[in-house]
Amino acid sequence: MLLGLSGPALALVLVTMVLPIAWLFGLSFLADDGSLSLVRYRRMIEQPSYARIFGATFKVSLLTTALCVVLGYPLAYVLSQLPRRAANLCLIAVMLPFWTSLLVRTYAWLVLLQRRGLVNTWGMELGLWDEPLALVHNLSGTLIGMVHIMLPFLVLPVLNSMRSIDMDCMKAAANLGASPTRAFWSVFFPMSLPGLFAGSLLVFVICLGFYVTPAVLGGGKIVMVSNQIANDIELFFNWGAASSLGVVLLVSTMALLWLASRLTRLEQLLGASR
Amino acid sequence: MSGPGTPGPQRWLDRPASATQITHRARLWLYALAGAVLAFLIVPTLIVVPMSFSASQYLEFPPRQWSLRWYENYFSSATWMDATATSFKAAAWTALLATPLGTLAAYGLSPSRLRAARALQVLLITPMIVPVILIAVAVFYVYVKVKLNNSLAGLVLAHTMLAVPIVMIVVASALKSFDMNQEMVARSLGASRPRAFLTVTLPQIRFAVVSAAVLSFLTSFDEVILALFVSGGANSTLTRQMFLALRDQIDPTIAAISSIMILVTTLMFVVAQVFGGGGNAGNRDAN
Repeated sequence: MLLGLSGPALALVLVTMVLPIAWLFGLSFLADDGSLSLVRYRRMIEQPSYARIFGATFKVSLLTTALCVVLGYPLAYVLSQLPRRAANLCLIAVMLPFWTSLLVRTYAWLVLLQRRGLVNTWGMELGLWDEPLALVHNLSGTLIGMVHIMLPFLVLPVLNSMRSIDMDCMKAAANLGASPTRAFWSVFFPMSLPGLFAGSLLVFVICLGFYVTPAVLGGGKIVMVSNQIANDIELFFNWGAASSLGVVLLVSTMALLWLASRLTRLEQLLGASR
Repeated sequence: MSGPGTPGPQRWLDRPASATQITHRARLWLYALAGAVLAFLIVPTLIVVPMSFSASQYLEFPPRQWSLRWYENYFSSATWMDATATSFKAAAWTALLATPLGTLAAYGLSPSRLRAARALQVLLITPMIVPVILIAVAVFYVYVKVKLNNSLAGLVLAHTMLAVPIVMIVVASALKSFDMNQEMVARSLGASRPRAFLTVTLPQIRFAVVSAAVLSFLTSFDEVILALFVSGGANSTLTRQMFLALRDQIDPTIAAISSIMILVTTLMFVVAQVFGGGGNAGNRDAN
């Protein structure tokens, strides 16, 4: 059977991912004495330290998504109306950071945003501020780094959905007397919403699992779920706590992605029915 | 095109910019915003390259004094050199393993209309979806048990698992535009299935296969989190060493290493463009 050709790849994924994660799953339902229990999950609800971690993860992911929408939507809009060749040239600029090592980009921001870094030096020379701002090793550094990484993930799906919008609808709106602003908000914007929803959901989900950027640009002050999992293991050897956090992260990621896949299918349906 | 008296840009500004009657002039703010966002995307990464030639500890831009001291630091450090060798070895092995595994899986699964084939495809793509920290922690635990921790083989296996879905997606999309009847013809003329694949199908999807190999190389070369957990000791990767150095202080040597990594990525991208004919860019893991 032809299906059998996928055997080696499947075996690899089973051995190096499915089984180890299944074991992690099982571990999260064991108490310290090895009996079956939900004690790890009860702790998550009862202990305020967990609420802080979930809160930080949610806050950072939501802010990153919001900033990506505010910056990425206008960019996608301009790209969608440029001639194809110019748009593709600009798309290279969008894809370039996509193709540069995550660590290199994180390091670049660390250098640019530090106390004596380029942003502070130029900001003070231009008289925008007098004291060096604390731009890194905190929330703002984490957000800048994460937005930089996630923007392409928003721009590409939004641009795709915008390109499928029939611009004759805008012409019709203008003919019927709508001002350009009104035509945009009541015709173009609603039609671009499915792509925007799918893109933002994708960005939000990927943000939930971030580790490197908050660890480096957050300077240990921004502890997201992934950072806590790493801390639990590297510092406290607490496999139980790490595994239950991991299960929560995995389940929320999968649930949201399933939702996103429903939305994109919805988008395709709308595209096909027109 | 511009007539006498009215300069070209002036005319362009007052021309309608879209299907509605809005002019380019009314939209200048939008163009400025889009330009600023594009600059935000590319400038920070590229500016590291000139900064890495700065003599100052604080990596000035533009550098007041040029110097190669950070490159000297890098090339004269045994730790950095060993880490670089490990990264290249791991990436090369990953490309060598993931490309055939992913190509076989794509060939076996993508033309099939069976429900089982769809399910298997989804299963093979999950390594791209599951947060890497989870994979790293779980693999770390298993590797400690089977004594694969800190070994090159263990790292290569884990990176191959991450790269297989990327290969599969790129090759499957190439197979979609390939007419499987050609292979049928070859087989009806007496070629065995492997021979038909190697002589008829593979040459036609070779661009996708090369792109996939380049992508798997980069997947391993740039990967941080798994490397952090399952590589170590003499087999630490470059990214692992960089991450550890970043957490402590800002070592300007990393600017030099970053520039070299940008060079490696660019070279690989050129390879993919030249031999891959601008094939599918694929998807990339973000965290």
